[in-house]
Formats: sequence, structure tokens, C-alpha cells
Amino acid sequence: MKKIIISIFLLMSIMSFSQKELKGMIMDKENPKDKLGIYGANVHWLNTAVGTVTDDEGRFAIPYKKKYKKLVISFVGYKTDTLTISSVVAIRHFLIQEGQLDEIVIATKRKAIQKSFIQTQNTFTVNKDELLKAACCNLSESFETNPSIDVSFSDALTGTKQIQMLGLTSPYLLFNQENIPSIRGASQAFGLTFTPGTWVESIQITKGAGSVVNGYESISGQINAELVKPFSDNKVFVNAYSSFNGRLELNTHFNQKLSEKWQTGLYVHGNYRGEKFDKNKDNFLDAPIANQINVMNRWQYTDAEKGWISFVNVRYLKDKKQMGEVNFDHANHKGSSTVWGSEIKTRRFESSAKLGYVFPELPFQSFGFQFAYSTHKQDSYFGLNIYEIHHESVYGNLMFNSIIGDTRNKFKTGISFSNDKYIELVNHTNYNRFEDSFGAFFEYAYDNLDDFSFTAGLRIDTHNFLGTFITPRLHLRYVPWADAVLRASVGKGRRSANIFAENQKYFASSRQVKIDNEGGNVYGLSPEVAWNFGLSYLQKFKLFDRKGDVTLDFYRTDFSNQVVVDLENPQEISFYNLSGESKADSFQIEVNYTLIDRLNLRTAYKYYDVFTTYKPGKYQKPIQAKHRFFANISYDTELTLENSQWKFDVTYNLIGKQRLPNTASNPVQYQLSEYSKSYSLLNAQVTRVFSKRLEMYSGIENLTNYKQKNPILASDDPFGASFDTTIVYAPIFGRSIYLGARFKLN
Amino acid sequence: MKKGLLIVFAVLLTVSVNAQKKKKNAKVSIEVDGVCMMCKKRIESAALKTKGVKFASWNVKTHALSLIIDERKTNIKTVQKNVASVGHDTKAIKATEKQYNSVHPCCKYREEKVIDDHKNEGKKKS
Repeated sequence: MKKIIISIFLLMSIMSFSQKELKGMIMDKENPKDKLGIYGANVHWLNTAVGTVTDDEGRFAIPYKKKYKKLVISFVGYKTDTLTISSVVAIRHFLIQEGQLDEIVIATKRKAIQKSFIQTQNTFTVNKDELLKAACCNLSESFETNPSIDVSFSDALTGTKQIQMLGLTSPYLLFNQENIPSIRGASQAFGLTFTPGTWVESIQITKGAGSVVNGYESISGQINAELVKPFSDNKVFVNAYSSFNGRLELNTHFNQKLSEKWQTGLYVHGNYRGEKFDKNKDNFLDAPIANQINVMNRWQYTDAEKGWISFVNVRYLKDKKQMGEVNFDHANHKGSSTVWGSEIKTRRFESSAKLGYVFPELPFQSFGFQFAYSTHKQDSYFGLNIYEIHHESVYGNLMFNSIIGDTRNKFKTGISFSNDKYIELVNHTNYNRFEDSFGAFFEYAYDNLDDFSFTAGLRIDTHNFLGTFITPRLHLRYVPWADAVLRASVGKGRRSANIFAENQKYFASSRQVKIDNEGGNVYGLSPEVAWNFGLSYLQKFKLFDRKGDVTLDFYRTDFSNQVVVDLENPQEISFYNLSGESKADSFQIEVNYTLIDRLNLRTAYKYYDVFTTYKPGKYQKPIQAKHRFFANISYDTELTLENSQWKFDVTYNLIGKQRLPNTASNPVQYQLSEYSKSYSLLNAQVTRVFSKRLEMYSGIENLTNYKQKNPILASDDPFGASFDTTIVYAPIFGRSIYLGARFKLN
Repeated sequence: MKKGLLIVFAVLLTVSVNAQKKKKNAKVSIEVDGVCMMCKKRIESAALKTKGVKFASWNVKTHALSLIIDERKTNIKTVQKNVASVGHDTKAIKATEKQYNSVHPCCKYREEKVIDDHKNEGKKKS
């Protein structure tokens, strides 16, 4: 009996002992698999001083009493949980990271143009706010408030704007759409006008040698356009635009969530210009009559837990333009030399797929795969000149990102390939070719986390016409003192010039095409090869307690070979390999300063020295101003509680004198002076934001009404020997007002 | 006796297994005190400069330093020591007065006033 009693007591004491402690393990919800405990989490009983801390395996043991009911588990960075404990059973509990529940939104206003302090490359990001400063209409017009890029009309007929960076036009810039080379080959001349502005989420502009990841073609810089994404874009978005010069545009976006992981978006753009304008009375349309339908469908897949992300895009474009004399009727006058006219019809289909995987356990390690296909068909004639091109392109890129040791040493490596099939018809001559390239790249980035970083990239490619070659690129960044960054870059680029596609505007002239066949592989010409060197210095400052920054940039592009486009004989356009020097030097000083709250000034002076050795001698590049001055002032009123706001924006450009192509051998009435006069341009825009949903904007382009008097040379004799529509150095259109509205629904 | 031996053996075995289980990419999170983006840079830099630390990200709001470490080369203690040596307190190892004084005046996270100054940072900068 006694024994029994003793054993009962013993049992009770054991029970009471076990009752005194609750054991358990606290883990991270994000990594349930590795069963890694959270070290140092606080565990305590609610409203008591009884508590403990988990050990390095996440385990804990806490005294238990029957009256303790609520167990509180907390750890920095994680959501605090309170558990109800009814029995003494060992618990396993997962904590959820705080950031995943609701991100803390910091109300700092992002700058519309962000100059990176940290990045090694001289890259800046243009985001939506800045893009809206130029409300109209497509990618070619998105750069007008940006001093690093110069926008000008390419010719007197199509109304197309061309852009330049470091004094070189777009063929020497590599355009990417979400990091896939996009505006190249057949789409070089009009490609920028085929991306509606509202589709663009942000633009990244890299001056000088870019990264080797996107290929070997970039020479003076890289521009990447990120498009709106189904996950982040508005559910419904409508933008309607109308200008008094007869341009109508409509954009609609619809984004739909299909499941937790799938989201899709349909983006439809249409523009129309039906009215004929001839304000300068030269009997030629000032702007084409045109229409465009552009439809894109995007699919986005995101599985953040497993680390997968994917995009699938399809797009179809149909664009039609008619230019030339006002009374041109294509049914009656096409192919005849009575009335001069021109039509350009473009159809383009493109599709791309991207797949990315970030190792969930290793946020610094990922791989990505991109694949793109496009077919581009342009049928066109310019007076009696016929130009047709069909370009089919396939591109693929497989990339792996990781680190060596720790995140101070990162690398990207991968392989890429591209196939381009060109079928061209120039008057009665066919030019067909098939370009095929395959390459591998490796880019190493070092950052000492303090004042020095560099990126060194190398790629090796083998191309059926360009041969096997190496493309090196190097970027350095150094912080010499507080709030300053010094950057340097050097890199090589190489490309085959698509002489007709890139220079098709010259078909709208009486110039005879001459190609010096020197036994090269592409049109008898050699590939273009250039080195680019750059130095950049950024200094942030505070003046009168307001922030500002100054940037000094110097870049040089030095061509080892170039396909020279020679316009020095007014009756000819000649293409030949460079023999001698060809350089483009550019210097820019830019100042950004906040004058008063929400009133920002951006101003820049640019100097370009671009010369090429032509057959007759060394000349400055025609239609290129040596001196340019730029200023932009923007002011936003304070956002009210109803989210309404006014935004004002004014841009001023001073364009210095430009050398005009030699016209000395023309009849006297068709001769131009050696240089154009310098002139000023002024654009202004007002936006009224009514609410988060609705805003309206209105603006004036070319406020000072400056126009080039005779943009078309020999417009009275379009079939004569001196006719030329390509010597355009100033706006053709005078002052014009536009109006538009944006509607958003989330 | 036999049983006892067996238990001892089993315990030894688990210990040695545990020792072998040192992971190449172990994800750990520790608390580090600090107040601003300058602290973030200093903390992450000190953590990354520890041999064996592959990745470091410090959250200014939650004070959590997320790390990926190679457990064969380093351990939490070493990281904490290195972070403390640049002036930032961790749970286990506190910075000495001298180490703490080496941080920039705006980073003096032990002072109430400095913490308050940083509280409104987001709003002030607009």
C-alpha cells in the first residue's frame, strides 16, 4: 500500500514537473523545408513576466502553469503571434515575415528621372512621371524632356522623329524592349513610332558602351523600354488624344487577374490622321495621312514562393502612311510622273517569351531565358522608287546570374543566338541575305560596397558575315569624395549596316544610289566597328538648403570602320567603307536643381563634334548642331486630399547652326546656304489631375512657331534632278495645340 | 549496461551527424540595432566582409539582418562580433563604447533623439 502511495506521489511529481514546462520550436514560414529554427525569438506568456528566448535551433522551453493560456511569440522582422495553449503538447510554430504582409510605403517622392549613384554604368531611369511630360504619343516622342537625347525630324514627309545620343543616330544605339533587342533591321526607320507611349512603364538609358549581355551591336549607347505589366498596370486605362493638326490617338489597357499566379493584359492602340494639311503652301502634305492599329496581349505568371516568373507576349501591328503632293491619289498616280506621292505599308507580328527563376533559398542566384520571334513586312514606294523589305528574326538568350564567394562579386554568364532573314527589293534589284550568329558572354561585377565598383564583360560571337570576334566592355565607378561619382567606360561594338532600311528616307529624293562594292559581305560593304570611351562626373550639392546635382559627361566614339553615307553630291547618295578618321565627340554639362518646393529646373549645354572622312575630304556630319542648350522647368501643386493636382511643364531647346549637305552644283534656285540658322523651340504642357481616376492634359508644341521655310527642295519639280525631302533641320509644323484625357480604374 | 552504452553511442552519433550537417547555404536572421540607410550600408558591409557570409540584407524598419552563410566557414557569433565591431549592437554581442562611437553622429541609434529624427525621414524628404 505504502509502495503504491509512494509511486502515485512519484508519478504526480513527475507529472507536475512535466506540467511546468512547455516545449516547442519556432520556424520561419518562408523556409519550412529546411526546418531552420529562428534564433533569438521571444516567447512569453501574455500578461506575465515569464518568458524565454529560442536557442540557435529555434527551440525553447518555457515554464507552464495552468492559468497561463496565451503564448506570445515575437521576433524582429516577423509578425507577432499569440497562441492559445490548452494542453502541454510540444508546439511547432511558423512565423511570417512582416514585410510580406503589408509593405511599409514611404512617402518620398521619386524623381521623374533617376540618376543612379550606385550603378557602375552611366545609366539613368526615366519613369512614368517623366514620360507623361511629353504626352504624345509614342516612344520617339518620349525623350523630348531629356537632355541626353536629341530628337529631330528625320525628313519632310513622314513626320517621323529620330533620336540621337552622343551625336549618333539610332542605328548606333541598341534598342531593347524588356532586354530583348527590338528596334533593328527593317524596323530601324519607324520602329520607335510603333511603340505607343502609354505602353511604356519606364526607360533605362545607358550612355556609352553598354553591357555585353544584350549583344555586340550597341556602339554609342543602349536604351531599354520596360512595358507596362499585367500585375502592376491599372485594371482599365484609357487615353484619348487629339491635336489641332489632325492627329487622333486612342489607347486602351485591360488587365485581368486569372488566378493567384496568372494575369493577362490586352493593350490596344489606334491612331488616325485623315485631314490634309499644307500650311507652308509647297503643294506637299506637311504630315502624312496615316492610320495604325497596334494590339498587344501579355501574359504574366508569378510564383513568388517557388521563384518562377514568366512573360508571354504577342503583338500585331498594321501601319499605313500616305505622303507627297496634296492631290496625290494612289489609284491614278502611282508609278506615273505626273503627281508625286508615296505610301508606306507596314505589317509586323512579334512574339516573345521570358522565363526567370530565382532560387528561393539563394536570392542572388537566378537564371533567365528569353526567346523572341518577329516578322516585319514593309511595302512602299517613294515617287518612282520602290522599296520593299521583309525581315524575319529569331532571337534567344539564356543567362545565369550568381556570385563568387559573396555578393560583392557577381557574375552573369550565358549564350545567345540570332537569325535574321532579309528579303529586299530596291527598284528592280533583289538583295537577300541570311544572317546567323551565336555567342557566349561572361560579365563580372565587383563592388567593394564603399567607393569603388567595376563591371567587366566579354563576349565572343561567331557570325556568318562578321566572322568570329570578341567584344570587350568595361565600366568603372569611383567615389572620390562625398556625394560625387566618377565613372569611366570603354567598349567595342560591331554591326552590319542595313543601308536601305536605315536610309530609306533618301528614296524620297532624286538622289541616285551608289554602293562601292569593295568585296564586303553585306551589300559589298564591311561591318561597322567602333570603340566608345566615356568619362562622367556627377556631383550632388545643396544650395540654399535645396538639393541639386551637376553632371559632366565626355564621350568619344571612334570608328575603325563605318559605312559612310555620303550626301555631298546633291544628285547622289553613296555608301562606302570608311578610309580615314570618323569620330563623334560629345560633351555635356547638366544641372538639376529644385528652385522652390516642387519647382524643378533641369538645364544642359551640349557640344558635339562629329566628323567623318568622306571621299572629297573631312567634314562635319550634316544636319548636326555643334551647340545645343536645353532647359526644362516643371512645377506640381501639392496633392490635395482628393488626390487632385496641377502639373506644369515647359521645355526650351536652342539648336545651333547646322551644316547642310552640299547643294552647290544644283541650279541656283535649288541651292541652300552652307549652314542653317540657329533657332529656339518651346513646348509647354498643363495637366489637371482630378482624382486618382481622371486627368486631363493640354499642351502647345512649338510655341514660338518656328518653321523651316522650304523643307522640300525643288518641291515645284518633284521629278526633276534636284528634288530632295531629306534636308530637314527645323520643324515643318508651326504652333499646334493638343488635348487629351486619361482614365484609370483599379 | 548494454542499453546505456547504446544510448551513449546514439547520442554521439547524433552529435556527429549534427556536426556534419553544417550547411553551405544556411539562411539565418539576427537582430541588429541601427536607424538609417547609412547604418544599413555599414551593417551589410561588415556582415559581407565576414568570410563565409554570402548575402546580407538589413531591414531598416524591422532591424532584421537576413543572412545566407556558409556554416562550414563561419557562424552567427562571428557575424555578430563583426557587426558589433563597426558599432552596431546585436542580441548576443554589444558594441563597445569605443566601437559605438565610431559611427556617424546621425547613426547613434542608442539615443532617443536620433531615433526620433529618423522616424519622419520618409515624409520630410518629399
